Amino acid sequence: MSRERTVPASRWLPWHAAIIFGFLYLPIATLIVYSFNGSGVGGFPPRDLTLHWYRLLFADDAIWTSVLNSLLVAFAAMAISLSFGIPAALALDRANFPGKVLFRRLVLLPLILPGIITGLSLLMLFRAADTKLSLLTIVLGHGTALISVATTEVFAGLQKLDRAQEEASLDLGANYRQTFWHVTLPNLRLSIIGAALLIFTLSMDEIAVSFFLIGRDNTLPLEIWGRLRRGITPEINAISTIIFVFSLAAIVTWYRLRARTETDLVL
Amino acid sequence: MFSRAYRAAITVPPLLWVTVFLVVPYALLFCYSFWSVSSSQAIVHSGSLENYRQLLQVNVYWQTLLRSMWIAARVMIFSLLLGYPLAYYLSFHARRKELLYQLVIIPLWVSYLVRAYAWKTILGSDGVLNTLLQYVHLTSHPLDFLLYSPFAVVLTLTHIYTPFAFLPVYAALEQIPRNLVEASHDLGASPFQTFWRVVFPLSIPGVLAGATFAFVLSLGDFLAPLLLGGPSGIMISNIVVSLFGAAYNWPLGAAISFCMLALVLALLFLSESLEKKWSFR
Repeated sequence: MSRERTVPASRWLPWHAAIIFGFLYLPIATLIVYSFNGSGVGGFPPRDLTLHWYRLLFADDAIWTSVLNSLLVAFAAMAISLSFGIPAALALDRANFPGKVLFRRLVLLPLILPGIITGLSLLMLFRAADTKLSLLTIVLGHGTALISVATTEVFAGLQKLDRAQEEASLDLGANYRQTFWHVTLPNLRLSIIGAALLIFTLSMDEIAVSFFLIGRDNTLPLEIWGRLRRGITPEINAISTIIFVFSLAAIVTWYRLRARTETDLVL
Repeated sequence: MFSRAYRAAITVPPLLWVTVFLVVPYALLFCYSFWSVSSSQAIVHSGSLENYRQLLQVNVYWQTLLRSMWIAARVMIFSLLLGYPLAYYLSFHARRKELLYQLVIIPLWVSYLVRAYAWKTILGSDGVLNTLLQYVHLTSHPLDFLLYSPFAVVLTLTHIYTPFAFLPVYAALEQIPRNLVEASHDLGASPFQTFWRVVFPLSIPGVLAGATFAFVLSLGDFLAPLLLGGPSGIMISNIVVSLFGAAYNWPLGAAISFCMLALVLALLFLSESLEKKWSFR
């Protein structure tokens, strides 16, 4: 029996899908096309194809400093989120403590809460503690907000984990530390790599929390934001295009990696 | 099987971190909302309900809050109208659904800010759309209602949150056992009856999750309104930002943020209890 006859399929469904894909990709396509447009952003049809904006971009130190800052923040935030998010997932999976339900909700809160609330609250904390705003405060902000990602991903991984392996390791005389490093973590590696990638990209793109915690050094989104307020140039299209290409490459690599690891697991 | 020491080692560090960097800050936000600013711009640490009273009495605050909720509601509805049929098509009919699924996800990898900016370059008075319309002689003057309006904000936020609405709906549709659909068909239901009485009710938890995401995240947005909203597209978070910046009234800003926080928590609670009611497991 074909599925097509049991639930409604109408001829407009594929068209609806096509229109939505058009809607989703229109701004991205525009962005890329106009990064090569000699006469600036906007104006139809695009004319005077040029690499001028890319040359300008490569000579633009402020942008590259902010890219470096963003990379630094993303790696540091990843370290914090993973080193607290993995234990948090383990705790939710295998420990009982008072307030566990509340703890779970609290950890997940920054993910669903508008970033402005988390950003402001942390700003008040740093002010109360007399901490000067800098890249460090942004790292702490991102690290804390993104613990939620590490915890959900790793918790999902733990649900599929066979506890007998850990039990066997403990029975065979390994201590908890050895079991954690040699049995638990390797089994969770896919969830952890997935979480790390997600944390990395979310941090690279984060702006609402950073907006309030920024010191003198800009992250890339804040640098772009500052420029947008002064007026728009295709240089922003150019940097966005480059980042888009890198993200695409990262996704493809990740899927290849996962596909390969999954076949490894089967073998 | 796990010793006390092990359980302590996995529980205490995250608990401490979350307390210092989440519980304390949210509590501080709550405290600030009762404080005030003196004429010498110092924070006065004595409690009163003055900020909340202002919130209710000064029109611009609650009106902006209502407008933000209206913008968020429209974003929620449009994201679902776009996301649900797409998820349904992918889950039940599309041939290459893995690929199409990835195609929905990929735009999420383009910076949120950059996508808002791209819409600005499309909608502006000398932007891509207006020059295109003039190029094909559909209009002779740029349409200036496109940018700097609530329309531009709703359009941009819908673009950003459609994948967020799509994902939970798609997950819910994928979980529907296909033999339920076949059973319904075998028992004589027409395709549309099957959809309305089997598929749709089973997808409601996903719809609720998607709706919550789209509403809550667009409610607190302040960058899209600043970039594309113009004076008539200002949202509540823009007021908060200015209270924390130039206007320098942190306590009032905190009171508004706390109301937003309470509203969001109430919505999460509501959607969760509705989800429980509608899940058949």
